[in-house]
Amino acid sequence: MTTTSAPAGTAPPVRSVPPDRWVRNPWLSFLGRRLVRLLVSLAVLVTLAFLMIHLIPGDPVRAALGLNAPADLVEARRESLGLNDPIAVQYVNYLRGMFSGDLGVSMTSGVPVADTIGARLPATAGLAVSAFVVVMSVSIPLGLFMAVLTRGGRRRGAELGFTSTSAVVSAIPEFMLGVGLVFVFGVTLGWLPVAGRGGASSYILPVLALSMGPALLMARIVRVEALSVLGQDFVRTARAKRLPPRRVYLRHAFPNALTSTLTIGGLLLSGMIVGTVLVENVFAWPGMGMTIVQSILAKDYPLVQGIVLVYGSAVLLVNLVVDVMLAVVDPRSTIREG
Amino acid sequence: MRLEHWRSALKSPVGAASASLLAVLAVLAVVAPMIWGDAANETNPAALSQGRSAEHLLGTDALGRDIALRVLVATRYSLGLALLATSIAVLVGLVLGVLPAVLGRRGSRFVTAAVNLAVAFPALLLALFFAVIFGVGAQGAVLAIGFAGAPSFARLVQTNVAAVAGRDYVAAARVAGVGRTRLVLRHLLPNAGEPLVVNATVMAGTALLAFAGLSFLGIGVQPPAYDWGRLLGEGLDRIYINPAASLAPGVAVVLAGLAFTLLGEAIAQVVGIRTARRRMPEVRPEAQVASSSAAAVRDTPATDAVLDVRDLRVGFAGRDGWTYPVDGVSLTVWPGETVGIVGESGSGKSLTALAVARLAPDDAAVSATRLDVNGTSLLDRGDAEVRKLLGTSVAMVFQDPMTSFNPSMRVGAQLAEVTRTHEGRSRRDALSRAVDRLRKVHIPSPQRRARQYPHEYSGGMRQRAMIGMGLMSEPALIIADEPTTALDVTVQRQVLRLLRDVQRDTGAAVLLISHDIAVVSQMCERIIVMYAGRVVEELPVDRLAEAAHPYTRALLGSVPDMTTDREKPLVTIPGRPPEPADRPPGCAFAPRCGFADELCGTTPELEDAGPRQRAACWHPRTEAIPPVAQAGVGERS
Ligand code: SF4
Repeated sequence: MTTTSAPAGTAPPVRSVPPDRWVRNPWLSFLGRRLVRLLVSLAVLVTLAFLMIHLIPGDPVRAALGLNAPADLVEARRESLGLNDPIAVQYVNYLRGMFSGDLGVSMTSGVPVADTIGARLPATAGLAVSAFVVVMSVSIPLGLFMAVLTRGGRRRGAELGFTSTSAVVSAIPEFMLGVGLVFVFGVTLGWLPVAGRGGASSYILPVLALSMGPALLMARIVRVEALSVLGQDFVRTARAKRLPPRRVYLRHAFPNALTSTLTIGGLLLSGMIVGTVLVENVFAWPGMGMTIVQSILAKDYPLVQGIVLVYGSAVLLVNLVVDVMLAVVDPRSTIREG
Repeated sequence: MRLEHWRSALKSPVGAASASLLAVLAVLAVVAPMIWGDAANETNPAALSQGRSAEHLLGTDALGRDIALRVLVATRYSLGLALLATSIAVLVGLVLGVLPAVLGRRGSRFVTAAVNLAVAFPALLLALFFAVIFGVGAQGAVLAIGFAGAPSFARLVQTNVAAVAGRDYVAAARVAGVGRTRLVLRHLLPNAGEPLVVNATVMAGTALLAFAGLSFLGIGVQPPAYDWGRLLGEGLDRIYINPAASLAPGVAVVLAGLAFTLLGEAIAQVVGIRTARRRMPEVRPEAQVASSSAAAVRDTPATDAVLDVRDLRVGFAGRDGWTYPVDGVSLTVWPGETVGIVGESGSGKSLTALAVARLAPDDAAVSATRLDVNGTSLLDRGDAEVRKLLGTSVAMVFQDPMTSFNPSMRVGAQLAEVTRTHEGRSRRDALSRAVDRLRKVHIPSPQRRARQYPHEYSGGMRQRAMIGMGLMSEPALIIADEPTTALDVTVQRQVLRLLRDVQRDTGAAVLLISHDIAVVSQMCERIIVMYAGRVVEELPVDRLAEAAHPYTRALLGSVPDMTTDREKPLVTIPGRPPEPADRPPGCAFAPRCGFADELCGTTPELEDAGPRQRAACWHPRTEAIPPVAQAGVGERS
């Protein structure tokens, strides 16, 4: 697993050593392939974000300023946005701007998009990351516990209760859960703040809304995976070694259930990153999600473009991290297959 | 077929509930706007933003309109828009999914890559992206959600079509010169249809929720039109005044969404492989072991035996009552002795070995009147105690070395674990012992090998490492369950030789389980023959030529054919062993036995048939076995 740090020394000396040995190192070429894939995806993402404004039927500036806006104002705005240049020139300018950290200027406020994003990103990231931590720290123990509890067809009642509860809760979208939580903890009990971002207590409801569904879904998957691992031969071997159950489950069964846990975990995380959009709007959370909705409604296209780029890149990054972690957990299958 | 599937899906409780909910919603969608459409739009300046009252069940909104009526009326718009978006997703997804099968190589690669990239992004992000392009409003939102759902549906179509594409009739159609497009439309899609229908149903639920989301954000339906999402958003602003205003539309959305999703899952369950679930055994194994230990111990105690088992039964709860794959087995293994258990698959020999080591599956009910290891009874003992007792005294070697090692743990660590757990040694101590044991079982460069993962070992090496694992402590008994079956012939010999060396060096007793009487007779001093969960004969290896039980003789007759597949019935014996559930009364071998008569309808007991030889047969054989059948048997090399 630590082979990345010492590529030359740990490669099994099976073949005669080629001169360009570091290129052949499976880890490096795997990482290389993944980076290339990430770059291609990013390029596609940037291009789509750029094209977005051009794909809008009609004149986006006219749409943004309203039908009654004077023609010369529209024209001036088109000019300032560079929309009158040939599309190739616009694209090059867009890319150039992006590499220097310039994502354009908001059409409504005149503030640079990068500044707005910089101000809003921490709130969103804080929400997504805390929710993810909650999901992982609840779902894995819960799933394992349920697997051990219901192994070999035991405790059918508990199994049924667990699977149906988790199925129902994880089918409710996060913003509905949010409304429900606001009602219970804000309106009825009055325990917790329901809007805005303040101290730690302001995190509780949004994080709960964002993490409940994914946590239960994940717990279900962990359970199913763990159950199938528990039935495998090497778990019997571990039992034959008379290891204490804790060790059998945590050291032998669970690591081998990680592969799909990770895959699903990655999917859930990228879903949660974007899910913040809805949750932020339920809880008036001052993050990018509030901003993107406001700017979509105000037809502030540069700002929308910028935020879509940030969400998209975050998702791609998560995917890359998951791929690499999968390769670490299960080097055989992932690295070879590329 | 299809209709039947739907019908039985609707019969399951979940299916029935979700389908009837959908039916109610459909009726509401048609009827509600006709009856209450106008009333729901009636503003009432005298009753602005009221709470619940007799007149307004769920209160009124900011313009004094009745919320209950608005929620009912919104059914049509909410469902309609969701279904519209779903059909766009399905249509676009079908086209994208089928294209790779129709296009040339390049084109199909491109489409697949594009779909894969799009699937990597959460649907909500795609929906927001498309919402910008198609504009704010109901129409834009329908298109946005439709296009956002298309990639995942396309992916589904691709995999399902690919799964069908490999089948024979598709190949036949191809050979017959059917064009690509026609092939897809006539042959591939219809046969990949069921999972697609299921997923389209589930997708309708997702679309409904997504639409509610967009409308809630203000990007979807625009006033004066309203759907559930819109009502929810408007209600949320006044949740302190009138919670019902946001909760009611929320509940409607969730119910409708769940109805679609659950209906989809109900159909999927019917269409998919119906896994017959095992019911819980009514008696827990522990309980049975405990209760049976109360039974009197009839036989004289064999205190210095390594293993002493009396009347071992292993049962499983089946559909119609209990079955006993192991049905009253008694056996004794003395220190340093090598005993073989032989029988066809299904004879219960492996389960016997597992049960003796207290490793039977979780749902097995194990009972015995005696289960002594090293002179200590295992009956009546908890798991922790058993672990302590057996941890250092019984080693196991399993059939498939490929799957019996933990794939994600280094081999050395897996060996060292034994010592660390049972002797509390440090990691380093334990690891150096592991290296030593690997050397002992002839693993070359054990130092390096210990740091490798099981998949880096060859099959034979893995099995030797498994034996090495058993030697981490000083076992009094090594139970080897088909240790050579998964290996090829030359490796088999190495492993057997190793087992014999180990036994000679350590003085451990070995219980060798095998389907192959040749293997057993090379290795063992004493042979126990099992058939249908019982011991049918027990004899020293040098008396094999005088085997008394017809089944033992039949096994011997099958020896020359080294390629015999153990899953197949023996060539020399017509028929196959009976399933535990339908064993005939009396001698279980009778249906396949050439000597059976009426007497064999009662169960024969093990009785002496020669010096140290016992057989359970009414008509034990005494005539000499033809020498051909003895080839390769009986000589210990
Ligand atoms: S008891 Fe009867 S049927 Fe059974 S093996 Fe002996 S002779 Fe055959």
